[in-house]
Amino acid sequence: MKTALVGRLKHHAAAFAAVFLFFAAYPNPGSGAVFNPETFTLANGMQVVVVSNHRVPVVVHMVWYKVGAADEAPGKSGIAHFFEHLMFKGTPKFPDGLFSQTVARNGGRENAFTSTDYTAYFQTVAKDRLKIVMEMEADRMTNLVLTPEQVEPERRVILEERSQRVESDPASILQEHVGAALFMNHPYRRPVIGWEHEIRALSMEDITQFYKRWYAPNNAILVVAGDITAAELRPLAEKYYGVIPRGPKLTRERPTEPPQRAARQVELRDERVRQPSWSRVFLAPSHFFGASEHVYPLEVLSDILGGGATSRLYANLVVKQKLAVSAGSFYGGRGLGPARFGIFASPRSGVGIDQIEAAVEDVLEKIRTSGVTDDEVARAKARIQAQAVYARDSLRAGARSLGSALASGRRVEDVESWPERIEAVSRPAVESAFAAVMVEGSSVTARLLPTEENM
Amino acid sequence: MGILNKTISMAVFLAFFCIFLLGRPHGATALEVQRVVSPGGIEAWLIEDHTNPIIAMRFAFRGGANLDPAGKQGLANLVSGLLDEGAGPLDSQAFQQRLEDLAITLRFDAGRDTFGGRLRTLTVNRDTAFDLLTKSLTVPRFDAEPVERLRSQILATLRREAEDPDMIARRKLFATLFPDHPYGRPVSGSKEAVAAISADDLRGFVARRLAREGLAIGVVGDISPTRLATSLDNVFGALPAKGTDWRVAEAKPARTGTTEVIRKPTPQSAIVFGQRGVKRDNADYYAAYVLNHILGGGGFTSRLYNEVREKRGLAYSVYAALYPMDFAGLIFGGSGTRNEAAAKTVEIVRAQWKRMADSGPTAEELTDARQFLTGSFALRFSSSARIAAVLVAMQLDDLGIDYLDRRNAFIDAVTLDDVRRVARDLLDPNGLTFVVVGQPNGL
Repeated sequence: MKTALVGRLKHHAAAFAAVFLFFAAYPNPGSGAVFNPETFTLANGMQVVVVSNHRVPVVVHMVWYKVGAADEAPGKSGIAHFFEHLMFKGTPKFPDGLFSQTVARNGGRENAFTSTDYTAYFQTVAKDRLKIVMEMEADRMTNLVLTPEQVEPERRVILEERSQRVESDPASILQEHVGAALFMNHPYRRPVIGWEHEIRALSMEDITQFYKRWYAPNNAILVVAGDITAAELRPLAEKYYGVIPRGPKLTRERPTEPPQRAARQVELRDERVRQPSWSRVFLAPSHFFGASEHVYPLEVLSDILGGGATSRLYANLVVKQKLAVSAGSFYGGRGLGPARFGIFASPRSGVGIDQIEAAVEDVLEKIRTSGVTDDEVARAKARIQAQAVYARDSLRAGARSLGSALASGRRVEDVESWPERIEAVSRPAVESAFAAVMVEGSSVTARLLPTEENM
Repeated sequence: MGILNKTISMAVFLAFFCIFLLGRPHGATALEVQRVVSPGGIEAWLIEDHTNPIIAMRFAFRGGANLDPAGKQGLANLVSGLLDEGAGPLDSQAFQQRLEDLAITLRFDAGRDTFGGRLRTLTVNRDTAFDLLTKSLTVPRFDAEPVERLRSQILATLRREAEDPDMIARRKLFATLFPDHPYGRPVSGSKEAVAAISADDLRGFVARRLAREGLAIGVVGDISPTRLATSLDNVFGALPAKGTDWRVAEAKPARTGTTEVIRKPTPQSAIVFGQRGVKRDNADYYAAYVLNHILGGGGFTSRLYNEVREKRGLAYSVYAALYPMDFAGLIFGGSGTRNEAAAKTVEIVRAQWKRMADSGPTAEELTDARQFLTGSFALRFSSSARIAAVLVAMQLDDLGIDYLDRRNAFIDAVTLDDVRRVARDLLDPNGLTFVVVGQPNGL
């Protein structure tokens, strides 16, 4: 992802949206259902989702656990992600890296990822190798054995990862502060990778307890996409995953946000910065937080405001007023907790950050007083819906979308009905969503700047 | 937001070269490549697939940023940003709005050796999509507003890259390896060069560089060969038959054996390294490819991964990749490690280089690598656009239209003796060039 984001600035908003669609949550609509998945549940409570795509004899096999960084105990930040790395270490049956060796020997690719709300492991393999990865993935759900000799080098790897992703990048350092300021009480305030001092302090005992608590079939979702049907998968799922005993019933209890009344400002001056940037993030409703009727209108609003080269922000700040090199917006309401609605812009050479802020506020003020147009709403809806067809073309998009939805508390029907939900969004709904969310008292404004001598 | 992968993808480097289809376990490829030649003589390779109402096209003109004139480096890159910023009767906003409203993706990108484009559309908007592509290639406007906007955006990108230790290191490495060759210069140019590019330069680029000779086209999706043939003439038929010669001098990466340090205030040192490699048409290409996979290739199994990351926890990412360009072969790698451990990481990479040069891989490593490389081909075919990119690469590299069916046999034919010989001849631990950006101790 790091390299993929090095692109032309004018596509930043689009790239952001694309990455978001594919990595954070659901795709999109068209007419009727999106992915047409088949689903069933094993006797031990493990959900199974199958998305058929028969172009090549390949399958993507994913197991999603309903645990993410926001489920970590206070003081234990980073453990969900740390544990994700440790899942590659070994079991009595597949010890010492044999998991990855076996995947590779069978021509497979694999990886894993951790977010605030889930942790997922996946392999892409030829269809006739599916049972091999299923056996190994099922095995490590409960049979992992860890030693300090494995954990300590991995802790160093994770500290290097933190260094590479955050400490080497002033914009990322600032984003950690934005998160901590925006969420006053919800655990989304902590970075997924964790705070360095807490990563250093995680003990073997913490790690073992985390594994025992969260890794169980009744807290997991199996998603297989590609050249397969549910009828073919079911016997394999029962054989490999169905035999794992159900764990205790789990609930995800997280502190939530109090009312927010004061606008917050964060500013980072760093001698490494050469290109300043400005952003404002508002606390926003999601399916499970706040006024969730605004979720779909906010998706349309984000497209109108900052979705591409003809959006309000880009057309005004970048094209007409020539103040910025990039400008856009983002919204993600698909998480289990509160959402963010964000606006960002980065100045052209010689333009001050205050000018950028004023220009963004003008764009917002115009919507506040005059609203959006029916034409803008119709066009945004059509654009969003066209993406559904493209999503179906991708081997992984369906697996990603359905897995993240189910792991974040949503249902298959929520993903599949997305086209109709977007279609139903009206202009007044977009305007009332705007009014509900663009409240300065529940926002954080961030400025990334060079040090004075570098300006 | 806040999604972390176990590893950063190395696919960016590998994607160009690891193309492909599963031969095994199923034997034949599931995809049939057709050669389509238009009445006007324009050729495209097509995989017809009517499953979804989508058409994906990729194409590339031979000759990229390598041909940018002295003092105007970054020309190809600036043009690539401007072709979809207004053409014919449509100004920039009108053109972009047409693309956005119909959910058409149309983009161009400048590489070192090629100037490429991509188009993706729903079938229902096919004719409009091809028409917009035609306009962008034949009557781009280069209005002052988008020219200055894109210029300012590229300058901002250059400033951002100047903040990024890894990018600083890569630029320095290429400059060191290719001191007197276009490969030593960044595709996006420099502040001064980008500022010097005029509208005439942009128009001259289109007139001289976008020609039918040296054009490779790949198409995947919901379109018949007959319909495609007609569209090919509509889109590319008006381009001149011949353009500027795209060939540049052959280059050999410099053999320095040095470790160059650029001091920057950052807790982690970005490390990159490189040496002579092989070009795509080299008889030992596949042996080198297998060799590199064992030494530093993707996944969680390479020697560098094991020695640097798994055993010692020195880095989150460490890799090496074959980087075959049209006029030079290169092996390129990188890592990122805390400043105190940078010297150690450099030492380990060099030691692993030497160990491989001295004794090659084991028989088991070779078997594993062959199994991975042959078995994983089909995994690349995960979307229409990615398959179309493969079709273009096959043409640019002159691999033959039946390459997908033959490719695994090339990998399987690589013997232990081949890999040992290539390891000995190619890997040059004492000639390897390192660039380290950060505050590395002991370097």
